Formats: sequence, structure tokens, C-alpha cells
Amino acid sequence: MNKISLIIRREYLTRVRKKSFIIMTLLTPFLFALIFIIPMLVMSNEDKDFKKIAVVEDGSDLFTNVIPDTRDTDFEYLSGVRLNDIKDNFSEMGYYGVLYISPQIVTTPDAIQLISRKQPPIGLLDHISGSLEKEIEKQKLLAYNIEDLDEILRTINTSVRIQTIKMDESGSTRETSTGISMALAYIGGFLMYMLVFMFGSMVMRGVIEEKTNRIVEVIISSVKPVQLMLGKIIGVALVGLTQFALWIVLTLALVMVIKSSFLPEGTLEQMQQLPQSLAQADQSMQGAGASTMTAEQLTEYQELFAGALNQPWGLIIFSFIFYFLTGYLLYASLFAAIGSAVDNETETQQFMLPVTIPIILGLIVAMGTMQNPESSLSFWFSIIPLTSPIVMIARIPFDVPAWEIALSMGLMLVTIVGAVWMAAKIYRTGILMYGKKTSYKELWKWLTYKG
Amino acid sequence: MALFEAQNVTKRFATQTALDNVSINVPEQSIYGLLGPNGAGKTTLIRIINQITAPDSGAIFLNGRPIKPDDVYNIGYLPEERGLYKKMKVGEQALYLAQLKGLSHAEAMRRLKYWFKKLEITGWWDKKIEELSKGMQQKVQFITTVLHEPKLLIFDEPFTGFDPINVKQIKEEILFLRERGATIIFSTHNMGSVEELCDHITLINKASTILEGSVEKIRRDWAANEFNIIFEGEVTPAGNGHFSVLNSLFEAGKSAVRIKATESGDTNEIIKAMTAAGKVVSFNPALPSMNEIFIRVVETRNREAAKN
Repeated sequence: MNKISLIIRREYLTRVRKKSFIIMTLLTPFLFALIFIIPMLVMSNEDKDFKKIAVVEDGSDLFTNVIPDTRDTDFEYLSGVRLNDIKDNFSEMGYYGVLYISPQIVTTPDAIQLISRKQPPIGLLDHISGSLEKEIEKQKLLAYNIEDLDEILRTINTSVRIQTIKMDESGSTRETSTGISMALAYIGGFLMYMLVFMFGSMVMRGVIEEKTNRIVEVIISSVKPVQLMLGKIIGVALVGLTQFALWIVLTLALVMVIKSSFLPEGTLEQMQQLPQSLAQADQSMQGAGASTMTAEQLTEYQELFAGALNQPWGLIIFSFIFYFLTGYLLYASLFAAIGSAVDNETETQQFMLPVTIPIILGLIVAMGTMQNPESSLSFWFSIIPLTSPIVMIARIPFDVPAWEIALSMGLMLVTIVGAVWMAAKIYRTGILMYGKKTSYKELWKWLTYKG
Repeated sequence: MALFEAQNVTKRFATQTALDNVSINVPEQSIYGLLGPNGAGKTTLIRIINQITAPDSGAIFLNGRPIKPDDVYNIGYLPEERGLYKKMKVGEQALYLAQLKGLSHAEAMRRLKYWFKKLEITGWWDKKIEELSKGMQQKVQFITTVLHEPKLLIFDEPFTGFDPINVKQIKEEILFLRERGATIIFSTHNMGSVEELCDHITLINKASTILEGSVEKIRRDWAANEFNIIFEGEVTPAGNGHFSVLNSLFEAGKSAVRIKATESGDTNEIIKAMTAAGKVVSFNPALPSMNEIFIRVVETRNREAAKN
């Protein structure tokens, strides 16, 4: 068997068999799955929780039946009941909370109180304030004595949603969702940062282990130092890809299992039949009241769903794997060079800084990219090889011209060749040096050694 | 013929000279000892032989021609600080290192089985290195060093961490390897092992050679003109112009007497005097142990250095 493949095999197998690898591989999908599942669980829980709210106006009855019931909340208008009568025992009476509307509401907007034992959901608050605002507006308008007021109000009732449609040079358009793109940019950029850092430093620790244990002195009587370094880098890369593939498979499987066992069927169908629900939602939007909220929510989901489907998934996955491999190769060779230059892990600090700064800078710019994907800062950082893996991954969901991706990838490949060459030179000398603290001057000397 | 030769090797580090004009000449199929106190420069010389570091000046020859980078594949090296992956299993690791040396899987397995059985460590195959004691790890490393049967073997302090039984076992294996054609260089400050094993030695102190040659010759050269005589019964010979008695001891029906010949002492006269004194069982020149020589040489040198 070829020697370098022997090294790759050892590096791969020893890491894949480690307990920490197995635990990481099994636990992380749970975290990922939670990210997907929690919003769904929250949504479905809200639906299940039926609330009854007592509306008290302290004598007046201006707002009786103004707030319509929603799917999960009923409003009971208690005439002749004062706030103080019910304040202390609404819970025992079966109410979720007491909505107190003071007679001053028309002049002072904060004259409303919702008293409850639990934190009320934001949707409920929106619903209450929305209904009341509408009613107060109506009362105020009524004071002007306009004829056919109801008719006018119905016709001016408008709802505005912005649909974002991207158009490329050829004129074909695509509906996109900024929300989905942002989420993808965030997840992609952060994951890239994490993976490159994690596996890069795994290589460094491996190199330091071999150096401090003097294993390398034995092994270089069998193979060239460069072979040992490349074998390690490639072996760890395969570990990374294995872990990555397992994460995807396990996460998908978990999401399926949790979805089908924990979520009520309704939610699932709702999610799956979004296009159909849109039609219903549009209809129900005409009739104000009970289903307004749900209809708006559904429209939003529909947009998200369409946006998600319209993402360039092929490109995203391809470039993620490309940038993971190349970004890893770039940083792993730098980390390997650092590992070879020091005697133990604590000494790595002085050389780590110049390597970590670009990674962290990349992450910061990538997060900014989510706000403004076309800024020149994002552009340059997605072209420059040290930051491009993280920043470009964050830009791709927002559509990047093909030439920019090609330029960034090309530069990356060239840089890797340079970085591996450089790392090999430092490694070759550093791995056999002991006892003296290495300086940057020393590193430069190793780099420029001939042969 | 010399299998390995180092000529006038000098190596300086930033603040000190590690080797100053050191030459060694290792005959084929011999055991060559590199001796010296800690920090004398032994390990630096070994690292130069392994081409881990390059000398500042001087030349290294293998089989009569300058050493090449590829020659390192024909050298088996047991470093002083043991080089094994701590988390890896013994068998797996030995197999890995053997395959890196170019042995096929089947051949490596065959030889490993042979050596594991020979050194009685068959039961360790599935243990992790970190679970083994220092001496046990060393046995494993010894096997991985000799497994590919290199022409030149270099052992840096091979006996540290071993108990006497294992020292004996490893010594026997080293002698066995020489029988099979290997040339062995080993560095140590354990002088006892030198007398039993080494054909030739070089004694390095403070970066330079202070004693060099075959073990037999060195011991004779350093003999202090003393003799051990054993008599039947209680006998104490009286000193004369040829010798003086240093001490004598009567035990279990025999007397052990140590004498020192005078400057003008004649061995024939001494023997005559002994046979006259009683029944001689044995008469031997008292050769100093390598340990005594080592201490005497190093101390003399250090004293001289202190004077200057």
C-alpha cells in the first residue's frame, strides 16, 4: 500500500473511532433538529392552548363585542363587573386573563391593561390592540358624520405585503424570501467558521502530539515529512466530510421522526398544503375577524416556503462543500505549520493570532453581509481567499454573479497551493526542532531554506 | 570494513557546542557504544546519523560513501524519548509502523507475531499504549525498531525503564541481532551493559571524544597493574620488592588476595612468590570495570578543565 494512503488511513480511523467523535456526531443532529423543531412545537402549542379572557370596562360598554374571538381565544364581555371585583380571582373563574379597558381610552392610548398570570403571546396583544385601534378610529370617524361610513371603510381596508422578485440579466424572475436567505447566510457562514476552525485545530493538535512524543523522529525514517503532513491533513478532511454527511443524514432522520411523533397532524398538513391554504386564506381575508391572523400567518409561511424552494440549493451545497474543503485545506496547512513550530500547545498562542484574525474577521463581515449582501466590503471579503469561504457562503443565498464566484474559487485554489507549499517548508524544519522558542524571524529562515 | 563512519563532526547550537570534531568508526556487524555523561552530545550525534539535524562541518559515510537522505530507510532508530501514539492500540500501531517501513501486511503480521511471542507480549496486542508501563512501551518500540531488519540499528539509552530481567532479555536480543548481521550503535551511560555488549566504544564528554577503541584494549590500558589471586586455605603472601598486598580475605576455605605490582615489579617474580606462599587456585590481572574507567577519565578531564 502506498505510504501516504497508510497515513491517511491511520489519521482517519483513529479519529473516527474516538468516543468524542461519536458523541459529537450523534449529539449535534439533536441540536440541529431542535433548531428546526422548536418553532414548530411553539406554533403547535399555542394552537392547543385555549384561552378565555374577561373584558371589563368598569361601567361603560363602549367596546362590547369589539374584539373578535380567534381560533384559540374567546373574549367574554362582563358588563357591570368592576376590575377590582375580578382582579384577584379571575384564574379561579377559568379566565386566562382580564382585559381592562378604562373609559379614558379614547384620549389616553395606554389606558388598557391585560392582567394575567402568564406572559401573554405577542400575537394576542397585537390582535387586541389592532381591534381596539380600528374601533376607536371608527368611533372618531363617526364623529365627523360621514355618510355610508361602513361602505367607505370596507373599500379602503387595505393590506400591503412586499413580494421580492429577483430578476437576472436574461429577464427571468424568481420569487425570493429575504428571510430564508438571511437564515441560510447565517447558518452557512457560522457553520463554515466552526468547521474550519474545529478541523484546522484538530490537525494542529495532531502535529503537536507527534512532535512532543518524538513519533515523528521514528516516522521520518520511513516517510518524508511532507507526506506525513499531507496524510494528516487529508485524513482529517475525510473525518470532517464523514461527520458532515452523518450530520445531514441524522438531522433529516431526526426531524422526520420528531415531526411525525410530536407534532399534531394539523400542523403537518398545514405546512405541507401551504399553496392550497393560500387560496383559502385570500378568501378569508375578505371577511374580517376570526381568521384574519391565521390568514396573514399562512401567507407569510407560503412566502417562506416558496422562498426556500426557490433558493439555488444545488449551488449552495456545491459551494459549501467546495469552500469547506478549500478553506479547511488553507487553514489546516497554516495550523500544521504552527503546530510544527512549537513545543507544546500553550506556545501556539503567538502564532495563532495572525491566523485567527482573518477567520473572525470573515465571520463578522459574513454577519454584516446578511444586512447588506451587495456592499463593497462583503464583495472584497468574499474574493480574498482567507475570508472568502465564510463570507462567500453567506453571500450565495442572495445571488452572486457567476464571475464573482468563479474568481473567488480560482483565487482560493491558487492560494491553497501556495499555503501548502509554505506550510510544508516550515513543517519540514520545525517538526524536528526542539527546545528553543521559535520566532517569526526563525520561521522566515525556514521558509527560505533551499532544497 | 567500516559500515558507518563519522569524520570530524562539529555541531554548534546558539549558546554551546554540542559536538566538537568527533569521529567514530563502526565496523560491520559490531556493537558500538557511545558513552558519556548526560548532555555530552551523544543524542546530537545520533540525530546527525539519522539526518534529523545536519552537522555544521564534518562528513558522514555509510558503506564507504557519503550518506544520502534515502539511507535513513535502512536505519532502525529507537529514540530516547519513546515515540509512539499513546491512544493507539499496540498491535495496530506496530503494524502501521511496519507497513510504513515498506513491509506488506502479511509479512508485517508474520514478523510481529514472531517478535511478540519472543518477547512474551502477545497478550498486549489490543491494549492501548497509554495503558502500558514505561518498560512495556519500550519493548513495543524495540520491536518496531528492529522489525524491518535494517542494516544499521541505533538505540538511544535502550535500557532505561527496564527491570533487570527485561534488560537481560533485550541484551540477548541485541546480541542475536548482531549474529544475524546487524550493526548496532547504542548510546548509554549504563557502563555495566557496555562490558557485556560492546565491541568498541567512544567516550564523549563535553562535546569531544576523550577515549576511543575496543573495550578489551581500553580495559587493559587502564589496568592499574593489580592482580587477584585465590589460594586454597588461609594464605597471606608477604610483600617484597616486586609487589605489595592491598588486601586479603579468607572465606569458605579460600583466600582472595589483591596485590599491586611495584614500578619495577616483574610478573614472573610475583608468580614465583605466590606459588611459594601457598596453593594458587587462580591468578588474574585485575582489569578495571568500564564504570571505573568512565569515572576516572571524566573526573580527570573535568579537573584539568577546572585548572585551566
